Amino acid sequence: MAAVELDIQYVAHLARLALTPAEAEQLGSQLVSILTYMQKLNEVDVRGVEPTAHATPVTNVMRPDETRPSLAHEAALRNAPAQAGGLFIVPKIVE
Amino acid sequence: MLNRLTIAELTRLLARGEVSAREATLACLEQVQRLDPQVHAFLSLDPAEALAQADQADAARRAGATQLERPLLGVPIALKDIIAVQNQPLTCGSKILTGFVSPYDAAVTERLRAAGAVLFGRLNLDEFAMGSSTENSAFGPTRNPWDLSRVPGGSSGGAAAAVAADECLGALGSDTGGSVREPAALCGVVGLKPTYGRVSRYGLVAYASSLDQVGPLAKSVGDAATLLQVISGHDRRDSTSVPEAVPDYALALDGGLAGLRLGLPREYMIGGLDPEVSEALQRAIRQLAGLGAQVLEISLPHTDYAVATYYIIATAEASANLARFDGVRYGLRLGGADPTEMYCRTRGAGFGPEVKRRIILGTYVLSSGYYDAYYLRAQKVRTLIRQDFLKAFEQVDAIVTPATPTPAFKLGEKSADPLQMYLYDIFTLSCNLAGICGISVVCGFAAKFGGPAGGASSPLGLPIGLQLLGPPFGEPTLLRIAHAYEQATPWHNYKPPLAPLGESAG
Repeated sequence: MAAVELDIQYVAHLARLALTPAEAEQLGSQLVSILTYMQKLNEVDVRGVEPTAHATPVTNVMRPDETRPSLAHEAALRNAPAQAGGLFIVPKIVE
Repeated sequence: MLNRLTIAELTRLLARGEVSAREATLACLEQVQRLDPQVHAFLSLDPAEALAQADQADAARRAGATQLERPLLGVPIALKDIIAVQNQPLTCGSKILTGFVSPYDAAVTERLRAAGAVLFGRLNLDEFAMGSSTENSAFGPTRNPWDLSRVPGGSSGGAAAAVAADECLGALGSDTGGSVREPAALCGVVGLKPTYGRVSRYGLVAYASSLDQVGPLAKSVGDAATLLQVISGHDRRDSTSVPEAVPDYALALDGGLAGLRLGLPREYMIGGLDPEVSEALQRAIRQLAGLGAQVLEISLPHTDYAVATYYIIATAEASANLARFDGVRYGLRLGGADPTEMYCRTRGAGFGPEVKRRIILGTYVLSSGYYDAYYLRAQKVRTLIRQDFLKAFEQVDAIVTPATPTPAFKLGEKSADPLQMYLYDIFTLSCNLAGICGISVVCGFAAKFGGPAGGASSPLGLPIGLQLLGPPFGEPTLLRIAHAYEQATPWHNYKPPLAPLGESAG
């Protein structure tokens, strides 16, 4: 079995998750053992097998392109951490 | 004592006007007050709102509403805190949603309301339904009513414990890899995972969208059928819900077992299966055969790959689904100099260890260079696992398995080793990967885990779960088998020994 390569802080950044050094160390060693276990799947012959993304018999569900009532503005903003003037307030994006 | 009844028993009394919805709701609220300090099945409770719903149900009945039109009229039902209820908290067991109030009802919530149910309380769970013990809740674990030193299973542990402890008449949970069936097994109640697409996921906070289904937890198979009837059906807001007619599940109950073929997968008789679980399963199989079923050995050759396949696919989907918790529109926000810093700090502070573990795992298996080796390969093995089941269902009407390798384990027993916790799901995961349906019912007690009478554990020991798996939309067959088994066995009649502190059981 190939050794698992895992740069935990790099993957955590891809996931937009700040980890403390202690968390990174613990999660890193746990994930290496989980990923090593997952290499078990290399035993399976998957040549010619189609992937399954979901097990439902329906595909490409269409609906009429019509307007319908949706969540009211104030209901959508009700849980906002910061809002003003009917908008979500976020940190500055462009300098 | 109305809280101790089944839904069927309570609805009979309500229909005859012998009791009111208010009385039934009060009985549940009192039971929660008595027992929940020990069990901790509920994360929040709104007694005034529950009683207002009960009064509405009583008024509707006086105005002529009947059980026929509204099958749950006045029946107190509790929901796992991952199913949206308008104007009630929706924490998903996570600090990242502390203070969040749901702006709308989930599809299943609407259906329960239309059926007349009194919806009360938000039930504890592993954070975002990620776990097998309810120890991953940010608000503390739920305890197993049969033995307070043990876990109730997960992730719908609050739901299973609340039903077992008679804190509600029935509950809804969600099942992504066993999260309804496994806690039902560990708490000795009935848990059903419907076929993928049978029940709308609208308003169910997403963990792994190709695997998630809402399912009932109940005190009897008949009650599970009643709840399934109410929540099933197509919903255009969930494009994966299937526009297939919903059969009359109550009619399915009394079919009996004559002529049914049941499959026993040889790959499930693994080492590590607790001897008392194995014994209970063998006894259940003899009983099912005695009731007229034909039992055959079958093979599900890719069983051994289910855990790895599931934890790649589920975590990949979770890493995408949970990207929405970014501190912008709702939930916790920690400040940052720029949006990226805000996202990282918010998510680092708001998610617990298991959720972080799964998000990072899912991000890794989807990342450039690893996608083909992990995610794509897992999707192909998923195809093989699904084919195993579809082939098996050409030979048999349903598959019989243990629900879990052992009865409930101790709090903390598996916390240090996440892989051991994942392996505990071996018997329930494949059902979600294959998109089929499953039910767990109690099939005995493991006596070696019993304690002295009057103690915090039960003299009977711990409940053991029997799992039945059916083909897509095979719920009527599962209910028919489970009901026949329940009628022929005494196990469902036993109650956990819980009594309010300082009082004797009774």
